[in-house]
Amino acid sequence: MRMRAAAPGMARAGGRGMGRGWGWLWLAPAVLVAALFFGTAVGETRIPLATVIEVLAVKAGLSSAALDPIDASVIWHYRLSRAVVAACGGASLALSGLILQALLRNPLAEPYLLGISAGASTGAVLIAVAGVGGGLVGMSAGAFAGALTAFALVAGLAHAAGGGSGLRGAGVIILAGIAGSQMFNALTALIIAQSASAEQARGIMFWLLGNLSGVRWPDTGLALPVAALGLAVTLWHARALDAFTFGAEAAAALGIDLRRTQAVLIGTAALVTAVMVSIAGAIGFVGLVVPHAMRFLVGTRHARLVPATALAGAVFLVLSDVVSRIVIPGQVLPIGVITALVGAPAFAVVMVRGRQR
Amino acid sequence: MTPPLELDGAGRRVQGRDIVADVSLSLQPGEMLGLIGPNGSGKSTLLNLMAGLMRPCRGEVRLNGQPMARLRRRQIAQRLALVAQSADTGDRITVREAVELGRTPWLDPLRPWSPRDDAAVAAALKAVDMAHMAARDWSSLSGGERQRAHIARAHAQSPQILLLDEPTNHLDIHHQLGILDLVAGLGTTTVIALHDLHHALRCDRVLVMQAGRCVALGPPAETLTPALIREIFAIEAELILHPGGARPVFAFQRLS
Ligand SMILES: Nc1ncnc2c1ncn2[C@@H]1O[C@H](COP(=O)(O)OP(=O)(O)OP(=O)(O)O)[C@@H](O)[C@H]1O
Ligand SMILES: [Mg+2]
Repeated sequence: MRMRAAAPGMARAGGRGMGRGWGWLWLAPAVLVAALFFGTAVGETRIPLATVIEVLAVKAGLSSAALDPIDASVIWHYRLSRAVVAACGGASLALSGLILQALLRNPLAEPYLLGISAGASTGAVLIAVAGVGGGLVGMSAGAFAGALTAFALVAGLAHAAGGGSGLRGAGVIILAGIAGSQMFNALTALIIAQSASAEQARGIMFWLLGNLSGVRWPDTGLALPVAALGLAVTLWHARALDAFTFGAEAAAALGIDLRRTQAVLIGTAALVTAVMVSIAGAIGFVGLVVPHAMRFLVGTRHARLVPATALAGAVFLVLSDVVSRIVIPGQVLPIGVITALVGAPAFAVVMVRGRQR
Repeated sequence: MTPPLELDGAGRRVQGRDIVADVSLSLQPGEMLGLIGPNGSGKSTLLNLMAGLMRPCRGEVRLNGQPMARLRRRQIAQRLALVAQSADTGDRITVREAVELGRTPWLDPLRPWSPRDDAAVAAALKAVDMAHMAARDWSSLSGGERQRAHIARAHAQSPQILLLDEPTNHLDIHHQLGILDLVAGLGTTTVIALHDLHHALRCDRVLVMQAGRCVALGPPAETLTPALIREIFAIEAELILHPGGARPVFAFQRLS
């Protein structure tokens, strides 16, 4: 035991104190830009790297070379916008999972598994088929309402079933999440069957699985500010999230205003999830995989964990999107398939490790 | 002079049952008040009322003369720290990180971690004799070590009032006495829920609870009479003076 004490901070990159150890953060923009570039350079059709760089240079106003309009359009309108939205969505979903895990004291909490994404889908579809207009913002508002409703239902059900913290509580809330997901997915199917045309229905079904195919630049106008807002709010509350280490009551004893903090943070998690669902459908497991991987790398203190999670979430979803486009030649898989392929085993690992504790 | 903490007919009702009823009390600065009573008599609930974590259904709790209900949580936490009966975590954190949480009420995004906070954490770790374990993982600690780390966390909060719910649980006899001496030595106004009547003898005053009511309040030697102990705990107790002049000791006999 004494021997372990002699090796401080082992197995953890974290230094001491809550606010230190920021050096690696300077790498963040570089890593993000590299991921975005990779997402732009790789795709179903092969475009030479030189062309990719040339298109980006022209669009950035650094060059005035003549461009092949098709290449330019694929790279600029299709791939880059898609990579940017993927990055925003990855950061959003990862932060959402981080918030839920910290507040619910539950290692398996995640917007998809808790049925929040399903609730958001229902809300978004309801707005879409009702034809009240408002476009993406209207759908996002509907999704936000759906996400909050789903969270309230699932949390209420878990509470009524006697869920608390710890793995038993984790199990209860996941069961409640499954019930919620099933119910909201059934509702969504019902709404589609009732009121959408066959063509509309096919589009919606494809989107529901989690898909970035339809993404264009206007979507970034919503995805970027919302992801930035989510990151800012979560960072602002980093210390409050730390205070939940020993549970909500302990956090209150440390001076955290529980009602306000929970409302703001759960609201943020629901909002970023809702916007992401409106743009790209329900993409699962990002909120589970990324925060756990980052805890392993930078420790559990949120001053470091929040930016690390946002960055890693962004990179993870950009890369998942690239994989979804190239893994089967000539066919684009829904990105949710890729994240689930990574996420389901991660879920198993978290579950087994929780049991051993 | 306003007392650091006052209860004025405070009561708490849950599901139609009074789990704490009509408790009035005025803490004296620097005193150590012991809370005594059988399981379920309302000690933890009373501590939660004092900590402002529960609102009294009746009566009022005042901190430095100000009604608790009108203070913000952060203001309360700057003056008052609570070590709950059980609080654990599955997070992989070190002892130091756990103790650093005590600085939470003094920090915000615009007032970041400073050397003063480092000093408070170091002093707290030293006070509970855990400085050499600062880098240890929480999950590797024994129950008693966790309890000491919790007390260090509360101490790092720099409170004027310390509320401790059975802090000597899990501790060996050496550390039990160590914690009591430590708490007494801090000079902080302290309320401490205890099960060991010998520990209660070390307090300045004791408050005896039964079924949510305060049945006695005063200096321990005068309050913990054989008659009271028989009524509350259903045991026969006799206070025996120590021949060497140390604290008196109880001899117990269970009543059937
Ligand atoms: N939320 C609640 N709902 C119903 N009953 C409660 C609740 N909280 C506490 N009680 C009851 O109130 C009584 C007092 O509980 P409390 O935890 O304050 O006792 P205690 O004196 O601290 O006991 P112990 O010595 O076992 O720690 C108990 O009978 C308990 O069952
Ligand atoms: Mg108790």
